[in-house]
Amino acid sequence: MLPDGLVVVVKHECETCRMVVPVLRELASSVGVTVYTQDDAEFPGDPMAIHDADLSISWHHDIETVPTVIKVDDGIEIERTIGWSREQWEALTGVAGLGEDLPVMRPGCGSMSVDPDLVDMLRVRFGATTLRSRRIEIAELEDEFEVMFQRGWTDGLPVVPPTEERVLRMLTGTTRPLDEIVATVPPDLVDVTVEKVAIAAVMAGCLPEYLPWVLTAVEAVCTDEFNMHGLLATTMPVSPVIVCSGPGTRRIRMNSGMNALGQGNRANSTIGRALQLLVRNVGGGRPGEIDRATHGNPGKVSFCFAEDDVESPIGTLAGSRGVPDGVDALTVFPGEGPRCVVDQMSRTPESLASSLAVNLRTVHHPKLPIGFDAILVLGPEHGRVFADAGWDRARILAELHARLQLPGSEIVRGAGGIAEGVPESLAGSTLPKFRPDGLLLAFAGGRAGLFSAIIGGWANGTVGSTPVTRQVRY
Amino acid sequence: MMTRTILDPTGERSVAERARLARPATLDGLTVGLLDISKPRGDVFLDRLEQRLTGIGATVKRYRKPTFTKPAPVDLRHEIATECEVVIEALAD
Repeated sequence: MLPDGLVVVVKHECETCRMVVPVLRELASSVGVTVYTQDDAEFPGDPMAIHDADLSISWHHDIETVPTVIKVDDGIEIERTIGWSREQWEALTGVAGLGEDLPVMRPGCGSMSVDPDLVDMLRVRFGATTLRSRRIEIAELEDEFEVMFQRGWTDGLPVVPPTEERVLRMLTGTTRPLDEIVATVPPDLVDVTVEKVAIAAVMAGCLPEYLPWVLTAVEAVCTDEFNMHGLLATTMPVSPVIVCSGPGTRRIRMNSGMNALGQGNRANSTIGRALQLLVRNVGGGRPGEIDRATHGNPGKVSFCFAEDDVESPIGTLAGSRGVPDGVDALTVFPGEGPRCVVDQMSRTPESLASSLAVNLRTVHHPKLPIGFDAILVLGPEHGRVFADAGWDRARILAELHARLQLPGSEIVRGAGGIAEGVPESLAGSTLPKFRPDGLLLAFAGGRAGLFSAIIGGWANGTVGSTPVTRQVRY
Repeated sequence: MMTRTILDPTGERSVAERARLARPATLDGLTVGLLDISKPRGDVFLDRLEQRLTGIGATVKRYRKPTFTKPAPVDLRHEIATECEVVIEALAD
């Protein structure tokens, strides 16, 4: 707690602090002042200062600039001013005519407690006791990366060791308390805290500003609708695909353009990976154990991309699912790997819709209707064909659904010489490939290439999994 | 090089281990629950099991999970545990 009266925090290295020493003397002899010095215990000497050697005073009172003058009453800060401004110092101290030989104002210097070279260490010094996770010591001769592999904590690629410094730095990315429960993670049904999510984010290689997206993704997959347990346990190759929407995707420099579904962008790669590592390490969802996938897919390391909400002629996927424009949100979808639709000839929306529909029909099997959802990631050049013709999202979806009504006679068991299919009793009916809300449209990709991408889903609805959209909570 | 400290990324669960009940010497007179997980044709397998079990003097009760993709609801597990001495879970395709 700060002493009552006037408190000034200074450091010798700061020219402005040295300049105001005569003012500090004036204050000491008139109203009294308590001076804390950050660097040099002997500075300013007159008046005598208290050395804030471990910077605890500066840290706990959020000193960002020196000099900082604080007025304290009954242990409570009343007001503060930073740098030197005669007017403000006089107003705060109630003493007139301060530092008459000095310039009217001069900015201060950075406090040592926010020095980028010191701040990680200070965060551990003052914040590590709040971390609840078990500490694990790595011996001097052990390779820390090999330790992480040996303990079974990786996805097969190296992970960043989650030190106290790194985890505390990661936690600066959210305003949520670190002991807040984010979700209950299957299959082991473990209540996961913000701290554990931050650990996974560090290991995955995230920056702190990605953490709100990771937290939101964790919340979204750990819902009864999304059914993360079933998604892990299924023999199908699916896993959470994260589609990020909103202006925040640009703030964290996600890729929604060229190679959006590919490698090379830190945010895209690590947000999805953090989610996967969390499900593995906290939830206990490991391949060969609860994860029974026959083949899996490379997206089970990470599959996360952003939509191009600036260029999109059809708005965003999150927008179509009720999120207001300009609000950051993500949609989790139980998806397999993406596949490309090549159509370089269609210049009319009808032709392109038919072209996309015949490809969408093949999701998981051309003879299996209704049971699986899909995301169609419309590329910009395909999107332009629709936009030029005035087709909006609703029109595109309606035209696709109309082209995806499958005659029962073509898809019954045995039709086409293929045993797979629907029961013979459905031969006379027409069945939709997708349930009414089972086709999701996203917009992403590079500006060259008349291509789109299809991401096939998994058993849908109450039987399996429903896509979940959540606003990002910062 | 200093000793480095990292934070445990796991759920840090302490798992309560419970011993299995002893295997019954006979099913005669016992109530056997048959849990259908709702996979296609699981019922074919369970129908046959019911015939065989009834034939050796067991009482059979049938249960069904709402979907094979989710764990059995806690109420269903409780129902089986209170009504049966033995349970058989059918996983079929």
